[in-house]
Amino acid sequence: MTPRAKLAILVAILVSTGIGLILYKHYSLGFPLWPGEKQQVWTIEAKVEFLAYGDPVLISFALPDKPPHFINLKENFASAGYGFSQEQIDGERRAKWTSRAASGKQTLFYRLDVYGKPGTNLKKSFAPATPLIPVELEEPYKTAALNLIADVQKRSVNAETFAVELIKSLNSPNLEQSVQLLLGENYSEHFKAQLSIDLLSLAKIPARIVRGLYLESGRRRQSLVSFIEVHEGDQWLLFNPVTGVPGIPKNFVIWQRGGQSLLDVIGGSQSVVHFSMIKNARASRDLALRYGENTKAPLIDFSIYSLPIEEQNAFKYILLIPIGALIVVIMRILVGIRTSGTFMPILIALAFIQTTLITGVLIFLLVVGTGLIIRSYLSHLNLLLVARISSVIIVVAALMAAISIISQKLGLSQALTVTFFPMIILAWTIERMSILWEEDGPHEVIIQGSGSLIVAVLAYLCMTNPVVEYFTFNFPEMLLVNLGLIMVLGQYTGYRLSELRRFRTLMNQDVSR
Amino acid sequence: MFLANPKKLRELGILGMNGRNFSYIARHNPRHLYPLVDNKLKFKLLAQKAGIAVPELLGTVSEQHDIKKLRSMLAPHAQFVIKPAKGSGGKGILVINEQRHDLYFKPSEEALTNAQIELHVSNILSGLYSLGGTPDIAMIEAMVQLDPVFTDYSYEGIPDLRVILFRGYPVMAMLRLATHVSDGKANLHQGAVGVGIDLATGTALRAVQFNRPVSKHPDTGYAFSELKIPHWNNILPLAASCYEHTGLGYLGADIVLDKNLGPLIIELNARPGLSIQVANGVGLGNRLKKINTIANASQSPEERSKISQEIF
Repeated sequence: MTPRAKLAILVAILVSTGIGLILYKHYSLGFPLWPGEKQQVWTIEAKVEFLAYGDPVLISFALPDKPPHFINLKENFASAGYGFSQEQIDGERRAKWTSRAASGKQTLFYRLDVYGKPGTNLKKSFAPATPLIPVELEEPYKTAALNLIADVQKRSVNAETFAVELIKSLNSPNLEQSVQLLLGENYSEHFKAQLSIDLLSLAKIPARIVRGLYLESGRRRQSLVSFIEVHEGDQWLLFNPVTGVPGIPKNFVIWQRGGQSLLDVIGGSQSVVHFSMIKNARASRDLALRYGENTKAPLIDFSIYSLPIEEQNAFKYILLIPIGALIVVIMRILVGIRTSGTFMPILIALAFIQTTLITGVLIFLLVVGTGLIIRSYLSHLNLLLVARISSVIIVVAALMAAISIISQKLGLSQALTVTFFPMIILAWTIERMSILWEEDGPHEVIIQGSGSLIVAVLAYLCMTNPVVEYFTFNFPEMLLVNLGLIMVLGQYTGYRLSELRRFRTLMNQDVSR
Repeated sequence: MFLANPKKLRELGILGMNGRNFSYIARHNPRHLYPLVDNKLKFKLLAQKAGIAVPELLGTVSEQHDIKKLRSMLAPHAQFVIKPAKGSGGKGILVINEQRHDLYFKPSEEALTNAQIELHVSNILSGLYSLGGTPDIAMIEAMVQLDPVFTDYSYEGIPDLRVILFRGYPVMAMLRLATHVSDGKANLHQGAVGVGIDLATGTALRAVQFNRPVSKHPDTGYAFSELKIPHWNNILPLAASCYEHTGLGYLGADIVLDKNLGPLIIELNARPGLSIQVANGVGLGNRLKKINTIANASQSPEERSKISQEIF
């Protein structure tokens, strides 16, 4: 295999791995590709109220367990004076509050933050069927029910169509006689849902009731809404008991599945549960990060985010340096700008990040300019090289101190950021420029000096671009793409932009020898 | 016209910096051979052993405390050149034309004291001019006596001839002449004149200064059409023989003509510049490709030079 082909394969692997990881993080973990993307977070509050009479109290309350389409962000159980535990009963998550003696009106709170799960659109839930609940009906209801079932069975082919037809029958504007008898005077949704479950069970179709909440901002004193779920094949299908529409509606949080009670109170009476909810916007990135941490996604668990915040901040800069390197490579290989010291512009650009651009450029010119004047004096003193550069370092230190103090006295607090410039690099820059001045004249100093500044400013503009900053930090996989890009540029054998100018005089003649 | 059309440049076979680095230097110059040419002292010793004609080495200074001996070392020589062994691009080269009243005179008549010479040598030893700033050695060489052919075309400093060799075949040649503007330096981007030389005859093809064609030397006023380099048929084999001794496939040989000694190699360059194309008005790319098709490792330097003279 030729080196070129090897490199092409390596670059392809690097770039596709990088882009693949980025897409995985975006689509599976929900990392937004742009900074500042917000997502709705719902805070649902369940308020349990009851009266106690001084006896021991035990409250058992059903909790939502991984509601489909939603991600639990955090839970909070506020209950002064109550012992609290969570338990799993028959595959259902329940909160248990206990108190030795409570009297008077009691209030318990359960608070849950959820947000929409990215990229999921599950209509169905795969779970084994529950055993049929035996239904005992008295006459004449039993006959009416069996008649209705027989009637619906004629119009349906399987459990799914049976459920749809049954819901239609129960909700048609002209109720049949048997349905009228079964419904009696009770037209509530909850009753209809419960009746549907009973009828389905009589027809030997596994069914269960599903309770949940519609999320609507600012709603208070809400109750759970009942849906019915029918087992067909190997999955549960959800239906609206009134409209017969299948699937989970938008913004609907499933709180409880199955016919168990929502709330059990022992040692109290007049218990009631109210739900209220509020929505607020949170940065999508934080949510995605939290989700990744909670689910122990390896890409998040073994990443920069697992570091302490301080190190994370340091990495913010470290991850920007490759972007600067890319700029240097482009400016060198494609444009052909001459700089003093290959990667010196990156370090200057990093200093600009701290000082802001205009201040940074002014300080840089001031320090290097003054340094050059002092350095030209030092060259008369016949010093050995290392001693001379060390002297320049001290001069730079003094200059920085002077700039800081003078600017402080003048009330220019911006110039205090001079301390962020890398001293050793400045000293070397001054030394190199000074040699360049002596050897090649001021013309070359200006060319290389302005070349360095242009590259530094470009690197600064790229590194401080909010999108770039966000992307490099949240998608460190970009490093692989960057690496691949730089490798490709390393193979570029075409002309540099500066060479098009350099060789322009060759254009006017015929050269074919 | 501000910018050249890259398509046309490619048709003309002009070699760019990236193309040179990637296709020729990286491919034909093994890294471990660089010290042979980057370190002028090593090359000098190699050349003396191999019998390649080079300027005489008068002495070396390798330690700071030896600098004190410099004055006595220089005393017997009226003219000499001080060079850093690992210098690049002509940096740190000091030419002394004359010693008088304890002062050293540069070709520009500028006088230097002994202390200034010592500082210069000290800088060389500290690595100021070497690649990467590593400690260096200062070499003192005999000064080349200018061949009278060039007196009409030289202003402060000795003209040197750059021959580009590819796989041992001379591919292009250029004479570099210092001017007043270039401050006596033979650096083209500082204003030295580059004269393209016809490989077949050793006569001038065209001359450029600051990328613009010129017909006569800007300081002396002599027309380049009259220029013909003497010993031409000896110069190319001399340059070509460097290939055998260094093993570097892409090489620039810098040659000067001494009045008494004839052509001498002053240094070799493993990364020769591209201005030679401007001086010749010809692209290197097509010539290098042609050499790739005919290169024959068993040929002698003389045979290779003859072939180059025939085809270019």
